[in-house]
Amino acid sequence: MLKTILRRTGKFAAIAAAGLVMSAQAAEPIKIGSFLSVTGPASFLGDPELKTLEMYVEKINEEGGVLGRQLELIHYDDVGNASNARNFASRLIRSDRVDIIVGGSTTGATMAAVPLVEQAKIPFISLAGAVVITTPVKEWVFKTPQSDRMAAERILADMKDRGITKIGLISGTGGFGSSGRTQTLEVAEKMGIEVLADETYSGSDTDMTAQLTNIRNTDGVEAVLNFGFGQGPAIVTRNYDQLGIELPFYQSHGVASDSFLELAGDAAEGLRLPASPLLVPDSLPEDDPQKDVVQSYKAEYEARWDSKVSTFGAYAYDGLMLAVQAIEAAGSTDKEAVREALENIQGYVGVTGVYNMSPEDHNGLEADSFRMLEVQNGDWKLVN
Amino acid sequence: MFAEFLQYLFTGITIGATYALIALGFTLIYNASHVINFAQGEFLMIGGMATVSLTAMGVPMVLAIILAVLLAGVLGILLQRFAIAPAKQADVVTLIIITIGASIFIRGLAQLVWGKEYHVMQNFSSDEPIRIFGAVLNSQSLWVLGIGAILVVGLVLFFTRTLIGKAILATSMNKEAARLVGIRTQLVLMLAFLVSAVLGSVAGIVVAPITFTSYDIGIMLGLKGFVAAAIGGLGSGIGAVVGGLLLGVVEAMAAGYISSDYKDAVAFSMILVVLFFMPRGLFGAKVVERV
Repeated sequence: MLKTILRRTGKFAAIAAAGLVMSAQAAEPIKIGSFLSVTGPASFLGDPELKTLEMYVEKINEEGGVLGRQLELIHYDDVGNASNARNFASRLIRSDRVDIIVGGSTTGATMAAVPLVEQAKIPFISLAGAVVITTPVKEWVFKTPQSDRMAAERILADMKDRGITKIGLISGTGGFGSSGRTQTLEVAEKMGIEVLADETYSGSDTDMTAQLTNIRNTDGVEAVLNFGFGQGPAIVTRNYDQLGIELPFYQSHGVASDSFLELAGDAAEGLRLPASPLLVPDSLPEDDPQKDVVQSYKAEYEARWDSKVSTFGAYAYDGLMLAVQAIEAAGSTDKEAVREALENIQGYVGVTGVYNMSPEDHNGLEADSFRMLEVQNGDWKLVN
Repeated sequence: MFAEFLQYLFTGITIGATYALIALGFTLIYNASHVINFAQGEFLMIGGMATVSLTAMGVPMVLAIILAVLLAGVLGILLQRFAIAPAKQADVVTLIIITIGASIFIRGLAQLVWGKEYHVMQNFSSDEPIRIFGAVLNSQSLWVLGIGAILVVGLVLFFTRTLIGKAILATSMNKEAARLVGIRTQLVLMLAFLVSAVLGSVAGIVVAPITFTSYDIGIMLGLKGFVAAAIGGLGSGIGAVVGGLLLGVVEAMAAGYISSDYKDAVAFSMILVVLFFMPRGLFGAKVVERV
């Protein structure tokens, strides 16, 4: 008797538990996983990225979620360390069982997670820049920022428009600068631009006068391009001004921020660089498709966090919106369906640019998504 | 051709003067205690960062500089009192490791207080560069050289003309004997840290308009200063100055004439070459081993 009761209760319990699981599944949130460099040396990337993700996940949930389900953001801080990134990616996949990953602030962190993601077959949208992330195309890996190659294309095209065919190049020896240098040399050869001088400086250098003197003394140089990151390019800009070099001067998108203007001061006057439209939201022409997105992202971010918006946060915005759009298009969180939907997104208008994904292009941006800016009177001016 | 050479020379001497000041700081503390103080670069950082943040708060530049130097001096004394002095029985190697720990601590603190951004400091005088024979000299370079020269002369006078200076020298020559004649060696050590912190912070302040300043500026500059001190011969004042200038000029020449890729490599291999042929450095004291 006791036994049967026990057995029955057991059965009931099992059925009840099963019921609970089913009802929980119906309302179960869509899990968006993320690993970002929120602290550590790359915190200037990860911090605005996390803030953006948190803010828009909240906003989407208030508006009813995606496919009637709430979004749940699960995020870890990799402190800018690639091996941490790998561990967290593994945790996101194995124990958190997320539906999609939007993260990876640096190229190092992204590339450390790529093998895991490919193996687990889970869609991954990276927020890091280097061209290696999506070239060659990896089935499950996408990215939102433009690559350094596009920056090089944009800069060199602008030079060509001005009739410049012979340039001097100076670049940082860090990851960003050296990758930029390689891309610039390749693109220059393709576009028929000659790189007559090729100098470098290390991230902790405090004076680049010697390198710039070499470039100045090279016959035939018509413009100078600096590919670098951090304070180095600001020192280059100041030395350039001190040496009184009159040639057109270009910087990369690596320094497209207001803090660069502050560091370089008057010396930056007249230099050009490719940048996100986010730097000049108000001077975008009325017919610019991105104008609304850019302005509302800037306004919402600054209202919520009371700090200046950055182009890096915008990468996370675009990553999240692409993920949401793909899940909606797929009609479920089935990984293969989401991946396919991501691959077929056409004409998504983001803050960074207009994305047209394809099976051959998991970035979906054109070099044109960079705007060419010139420093005029200590501020950015849209020139092209 | 000549203009090019002159340009490299100016660049080299300016940065070399900074290295020399840092090297002097190393030398001072080394002389007083045989400790190589790897927190020397942090004094440099404190000087620059404190000046920048004080001027940002509206303090006039001159006053900000004085306060920043005072702050670095206090930090130097604290470092000696709370990190070095309690471990006075320890090996020199242990003390050196303590200074490395202290430098990481100070850097971390600076990062919390001032953040991680780079900051600009205005040139002391005009922004207009000076042109000499086709080469360009940043007016701030003259400040670096001038203040560097004044500090070196001041130090020489301090060590040869004042009782305290002589006491430091005596302690460096023979600690036991110095104590026997009534010199308070702990006080001398504290003074050495104070003077060296002041030197470091002044170097950090005069060079900040050229290099910018941030919480981690002390790492590389401190290391280069150490290389300069080692080339010149640890413990030698002239050695520190010559080593610093030499290092700066060689670096600039290497970047100009060979390749900017090898600039740091040239600087660091210089230390190998010098120490290989002259194990005590260019001006190192000759040590006679008594049998």
